[in-house]
Amino acid sequence: MGATYDVIVVGAGSVGMPAAMFLAEKGLKVLCLDQFASPGQGSNKAAIGGIRATHSQPAKIKLCLDAIETFSTWEERHGDDLEWTQGGYVFVAYREEEAATLKNLLTVQKRYGLDIDWYDTEALLAIAPGLKPEGLLGGTFSPGDGSASPMRSSHAFHRRATGLGVTCRFNERVLEILQSKGKVSGVVTDQGRYLAPVVVNAAGAWARGLAKLAGFHSPVNPDCHEAGITEPVASFLDPMVVDIRPTPGARNYYFYQHKPGQVIFCITPDPPIFGTDRRETSEFLPLIARRMVGLMPRLANLKVRRTWRGLYPMTPDGSPMVGWREELSGYLEAIGMCGQGYMLGPGVGALVSRLVTDSLADGDAAVLAELSPTRVFGGQEALS
Amino acid sequence: MTDFRIQEHPILPAPGAGTVPFTWKGRPLLAREGEVIASALFAHGVRTFGHHHKDGSPQGIFCANGQCAQCSVVADGLSVKSCMVPVRPGMKVEPLEGKAVLPEAGEEGATHDIETLPVEVLILGGGPAGLSAAVELGKAGVGVILVDDKQTLGGKLVLQTHKFFGSVEDCHAGTRGLDIGKRLEEEARLQPSVRLWTESTAVAVFSDRKVGVVRGGRYVLVQPDLLLVATGAREKTLVFKGNTLPGVYGAGAFQTLVNRDKVRSSERIFIIGGGNVGLIAGYHALQAGIQVVGLCEALPECGGYKVHKDKLVRMGVPIHTRHTVLSADGKDQVERVTIAQLDEAWKPIPGTEKTFACDTVLVAVGLDPVNEFLTKAKAFGLPVFAAGDAEEIAEASAAMFTGKIRGLEMAKALGRDVGEVPPEWHRTAEVLKSRPGATTARDIPDEMAGVFPVFHCEQEIPCNPCTSVCPKEAIHIEGEGLMGRPVYDTDEDCIACEQCVAVCPGLAITLVDFRKHQEAATVSIPHEFSKASLNPGDVVTVLDLEGKVLGNVPVLQVRQPKFANQACLVKVQAPFDIAKRIAGIRVQEGWVTEALPGGEQAVRDDEIVCRCERVTAGELRALIRGGARDMNHLKAATRCGMGACGGKTCPNLIARIFREEGVAPADVTALTQRPVFMEVPLGVFAGAGGEAGLEWEAPPVHTVAAVEGGV
Repeated sequence: MGATYDVIVVGAGSVGMPAAMFLAEKGLKVLCLDQFASPGQGSNKAAIGGIRATHSQPAKIKLCLDAIETFSTWEERHGDDLEWTQGGYVFVAYREEEAATLKNLLTVQKRYGLDIDWYDTEALLAIAPGLKPEGLLGGTFSPGDGSASPMRSSHAFHRRATGLGVTCRFNERVLEILQSKGKVSGVVTDQGRYLAPVVVNAAGAWARGLAKLAGFHSPVNPDCHEAGITEPVASFLDPMVVDIRPTPGARNYYFYQHKPGQVIFCITPDPPIFGTDRRETSEFLPLIARRMVGLMPRLANLKVRRTWRGLYPMTPDGSPMVGWREELSGYLEAIGMCGQGYMLGPGVGALVSRLVTDSLADGDAAVLAELSPTRVFGGQEALS
Repeated sequence: MTDFRIQEHPILPAPGAGTVPFTWKGRPLLAREGEVIASALFAHGVRTFGHHHKDGSPQGIFCANGQCAQCSVVADGLSVKSCMVPVRPGMKVEPLEGKAVLPEAGEEGATHDIETLPVEVLILGGGPAGLSAAVELGKAGVGVILVDDKQTLGGKLVLQTHKFFGSVEDCHAGTRGLDIGKRLEEEARLQPSVRLWTESTAVAVFSDRKVGVVRGGRYVLVQPDLLLVATGAREKTLVFKGNTLPGVYGAGAFQTLVNRDKVRSSERIFIIGGGNVGLIAGYHALQAGIQVVGLCEALPECGGYKVHKDKLVRMGVPIHTRHTVLSADGKDQVERVTIAQLDEAWKPIPGTEKTFACDTVLVAVGLDPVNEFLTKAKAFGLPVFAAGDAEEIAEASAAMFTGKIRGLEMAKALGRDVGEVPPEWHRTAEVLKSRPGATTARDIPDEMAGVFPVFHCEQEIPCNPCTSVCPKEAIHIEGEGLMGRPVYDTDEDCIACEQCVAVCPGLAITLVDFRKHQEAATVSIPHEFSKASLNPGDVVTVLDLEGKVLGNVPVLQVRQPKFANQACLVKVQAPFDIAKRIAGIRVQEGWVTEALPGGEQAVRDDEIVCRCERVTAGELRALIRGGARDMNHLKAATRCGMGACGGKTCPNLIARIFREEGVAPADVTALTQRPVFMEVPLGVFAGAGGEAGLEWEAPPVHTVAAVEGGV
């Protein structure tokens, strides 16, 4: 017999770590397992730290608004500086195509009450000075969005979780999900056997494999994005800057200056690179450097310090999968964050804790309906 | 204003005066042509280059090797590593106070596609190993690009003013390192298929087996069939209170400032570590007119060659074995160092603290291979070889030899008809890598008549130049091979030519002549200090092998024969009873090495482990005690290893804290390595700017069979 818990969370990353923390806040005895050596070592630490509520789907909007609440009040409530900065997001338009896309989206976003507007060239240049003015048509700006440090967040969530009694076990791989009579009863790992009536799949890019152990086909396929960070310099840029113009080899790319002063940047490859290969490529730096310097010429003098690749656990429609699987009682999925696990994490984690304790709040039902793991997968959300 | 350039040196030519105008904080100064900013500042007595953005603590030179960024300054508006960037006429240099300000965009340069350049062999590093390999490859007609980040090739040979150990035939033993470097470069330049790219930096090996290189401000992807990593080593460092103060830096950094750039970086130094690097640095300091207050070594014996230690001791430098450094103190730079004796558990013994006045603390606690390119190439299946310190830390003589072997192996792997690597090459390489062997005290020869050499060389090391130069062939090495001690065959008649005295890299041979006087002998002593500093008639203090004073004796003659290669041969007259024990002439007075009254105890938790991000031992210890076992977790929580050096400096130090906390190394997860291994501006990756008209000058490309494996 192994140790017994109320809940086992598999994955100590963007979703799993806050989920374990919120579950413990509700008084549950929680075990959190991860195949890597410490919190956030899968895709969380590869996230660049952007946090926005300005999506176009109500579920993601709500979850991210919850997350922003967690991030923005954390230091006040728990003391750790997560490097939260409310610099907003700027989407730039240099061509009519992008201007039209952004303006269409704006209508939807405003309908959901989001704080986002269209700014003309001059106004946008005041918000993001240094943008190349030639050809700039304008863009959207959402001042309520921001950024924080995924690494610091993971560490802080882990610290609080363990303080609340969560047991974290690292370098441990789940081999089996125990079940009897249609109910989950625990897991077997490469190091032991642990019992619990609830198992949460928060395994990110590795979620499909875990779902398979539970007997489900969960269509989460990781694709790989590459990112980088520069030396720190004195603050010169507040918002996240997103350029959605496609070019050969890439769709959009985006960058921002985080609180300690470094610029973090990332590009979305086109076509997507599916798989879990996270080895560095020689194409990335020339590709993104050319675009960034073209968009904001003063970046040419900024020194690149480090690059890395991270995995986006993609679903067929670009939306997360959160909810119970009715066929197996006690098995809960919080997966398929599609590269937004960090910004969704605290929102999803809190929702998981309400699901497990059967204490759903207003609006949760709608979110769960939208993100149901058993939904029929249709087309992809714009700008996911 | 005081000029800190070394205009008088026993070995090095005078650097001359500065001619290139620049300003420091608006003050007009002069740099030498091609001089890097750091050295130009040191030449004017400026040793503090700015203050850290996290805690406002002062910063200055640390690696002097382009690896860290502690020496950053703002030059013409851009933050740069002052140890790497030459002064340009009219350059405005300012200290880097906190974070740099990103300048507004200047003239917008067009961006370009980044080229891919195929080549048979790419060599990273133009030191003894890389150059030797390039020569062998060139001889076999293999197309080679050799990349090195410095202005001058030769790697650390450029810093070595002393004569080399090893054997004359295999590695130029008896010749000064800097001359060997020049010779190797000349040889490499003669090879038509070899391109030597200086001031070029490799920044990453990518998974598609391309290597990113920045040259003249332009980025290129080199795609080699074979890669040779000959990147040398970087200096290890230590955690102690005050270790980030300007004036605390590596012994290699010191040699760069003093021997390459010829600036008197310090007035008084203290050395931590008794390996060859620390011992030699001490000797180089004395030659440059810098006082050496002392050297401490944690082990009961120095790890370096005994001849190096002996040399230092008999110049009057005390070696404090079983001692460690507790702290460096000072306001904006080092003013004092405190050491303490270690107990059997390697803990400092309270009450044994000694504090010395000094302005520089040299850290010489060993070297680590620069192996990030090797690791990545192996992971990505790029056929890769390694030579020199990047493969295994050893002497430069061994690096030359392994470079030669790898060169031949690669030519063979590329299908060239070069035959097999001669088996004796491998044997020689192994011998040259040998750690010092047994030390056996020597009997003083009984003879009190005639003339003969006396060997003050008690330790088995791979070295034999004295056997090669004796015209009577009267000196041979004990036993088989290079490692034994030299002995003199008394059956032969010594002709007192003094060649053995002159050639010995350890300055460990004297020539004693009983023939001329009734009461006194003459003793020829090798002396690598300025000829002008000693004159016939002067009275000098002579010391034995242990540095014990034997007496004061008159100088009869000082000469600098050509075969001594800039060393002086000093003849002194000495009484019979001490003549054979004389091993050297004292150059430093006793007061220099005296401790200050009182001592200070360090506060361990305040000590900086990650100097880039100013992370203390206490912060890390608290996390480890809280259960953290992954260095990446420590990094996430504290930013340790996230700084400008790219995690090249602190992983060893963090590992040590884990050990101190009783965590087994097997339970600790290492920091993840990611490119780039050197910071490079975005504009360079965008293909903007760079030197106009720079061609890649690709060597001829041959079609080769696929190569499998590597080392």
